[in-house]
Amino acid sequence: MKIKGKVWKFGENIDTDVIIPARYLNTSDPEELARHCMEDADPDFSKKIKPGDIIVAGKNFGCGSSREHAPIALKAAGIGCVIAPSFARIFYRNAFNMGLPIFECDGIFGGIRAGDEVEVNADTGEIRDLTTGDVFTAQPIPPFMQELISDGGLIPHVLKNL
Amino acid sequence: MTIAEKILAAHAGLDSVEPGQLVKVDVDFALGNDITAPIAIKTFRQAGVKTVFDRERLALVSDHFVPNKDIMSAEQARILREFAAEHGIVHHYDGGESGVEHVLLPEKGLVVPGDVVIGADSHTCTYGAMGTFATGVGSTDLAAVMITGKTWFKVPRSIKFVYRGNLRPWVGGKDLILYTIGDIGVDGALYMAMEFTGPVIDSMSMSGRFTMSNMAIEAGGKVGLVSPDDTTLNYVTGRAVRDSVLYRSDEDAEYARVIDYDCSEIEPQVAFPHLPENTRGISKVGNIPLDQVVIGSCTNGRLEDLALAADVISGKKVSKGLRLIVLPTTPTVYMQALREGILATFMNAGAVIGPPTCGPCLGGHMGVLARGERALATTNRNFVGRMGHPKSEVYLANPAIAAASAVLGRIASPDEL
Repeated sequence: MKIKGKVWKFGENIDTDVIIPARYLNTSDPEELARHCMEDADPDFSKKIKPGDIIVAGKNFGCGSSREHAPIALKAAGIGCVIAPSFARIFYRNAFNMGLPIFECDGIFGGIRAGDEVEVNADTGEIRDLTTGDVFTAQPIPPFMQELISDGGLIPHVLKNL
Repeated sequence: MTIAEKILAAHAGLDSVEPGQLVKVDVDFALGNDITAPIAIKTFRQAGVKTVFDRERLALVSDHFVPNKDIMSAEQARILREFAAEHGIVHHYDGGESGVEHVLLPEKGLVVPGDVVIGADSHTCTYGAMGTFATGVGSTDLAAVMITGKTWFKVPRSIKFVYRGNLRPWVGGKDLILYTIGDIGVDGALYMAMEFTGPVIDSMSMSGRFTMSNMAIEAGGKVGLVSPDDTTLNYVTGRAVRDSVLYRSDEDAEYARVIDYDCSEIEPQVAFPHLPENTRGISKVGNIPLDQVVIGSCTNGRLEDLALAADVISGKKVSKGLRLIVLPTTPTVYMQALREGILATFMNAGAVIGPPTCGPCLGGHMGVLARGERALATTNRNFVGRMGHPKSEVYLANPAIAAASAVLGRIASPDEL
């Protein structure tokens, strides 16, 4: 699977209150959540992005709350994937469970500029900056997470193994 | 092995486990709230499963947006109520029975030492204070546990924190954990078990220990553990609905890091916006005028916290133009605070007393901040927009600092009163 889109950059420690503020957690409707995605960092974010666009962020993306509304909002807003040097672990788990592709890549934050066109090969972890020609490699997805993906997510995996 | 490794090994049916190993474990207790459970319930229903793994081992607690703050949150609380009725969920808490989940569950003895507990709320790590492997997950992981009673973990590496020395005046669990987060950073324990040890922890109350474990997630920790001792057993006795199993780390347990703190050098801590790691000692805070002070939450809303703040504020008045909001965390805490005159002390000072709810901690209701407003709270997070408008600010501190700050209208130590 290939994910291709324009890069939107955010800093380190992007917390789940920024990804989807708690004032909108009185619903779990993906479309409603998508409208407010990243709103406190960039009020027009959900209007500006196009399907497949990519978030590149600093370390510890998704820290804070366990709200699954965060990956739901990003996915429903059309974000193709998130690339960061590290992810907070509840967010990491939620992203796989929700089917939002995420990639851990050390040199990514300094290496890619906002607005660059980037293509990610989800199978090989190759991240290609089409604007500059630079190539990065994401850390491989752990085997168990690959199993979850190939089963179609956590719940199908659980039901298969009941 | 460490306490974290021992609990996971026991629940995986293994003699031993190693950091990095993937284990499938039995879950003793699971939790969802009015924000996270609706998604888990929807997922559970879509999976076509007829019964939950154990109707006595799942708590559904409406605490974040209750009493219902608006129509949409009322609909969410109703999803929990209907599901609980349909499946005979024994521990559904709503209305006058409900309270802040991470104070309520230990108080009712529903989570016990030696358990594996998962909760669809990041502050589930609070129960680590009892020697419980308790951690936050998302709604889909909760749904999977509701179906199977099992979950998977990668065994975390452990960091041992050793707290020594005599505590300074007004310093408690909140200050030690804020200091620790300030030292190692908000990802300093990313996917690691934090283990709190040393003579200071040994002599700390359960209330202080809960505060410390509560904020393990603020350093990225998977769990925040205290090995159970007499203090733990005294707390558990008479409450626990199941037998405790006491695990302690071996003398030769392996740690990724051991960090030693001399607590006699730690003053009361204040975390500045917008990360819990932006900590300063109270003497280095400077003049920070406040619009609001909040005392409550799963971090510092227990009886001991309220009593401490009430002692500081007793006979004094809240500064003109500042709102002090006090939220006892459970019906029991509320009733005890009422009986002991603590609520009267707060009301005489000019505070607003709210019901047990998470309320303003996450900007839900009952104390949301306007643009440009500044609050000091005994809560756990000070992210951008956490308590309301994205241009508002939250400072984190202990209940004594909160009470003194409410009187003086700026961030202050009780020594200044």
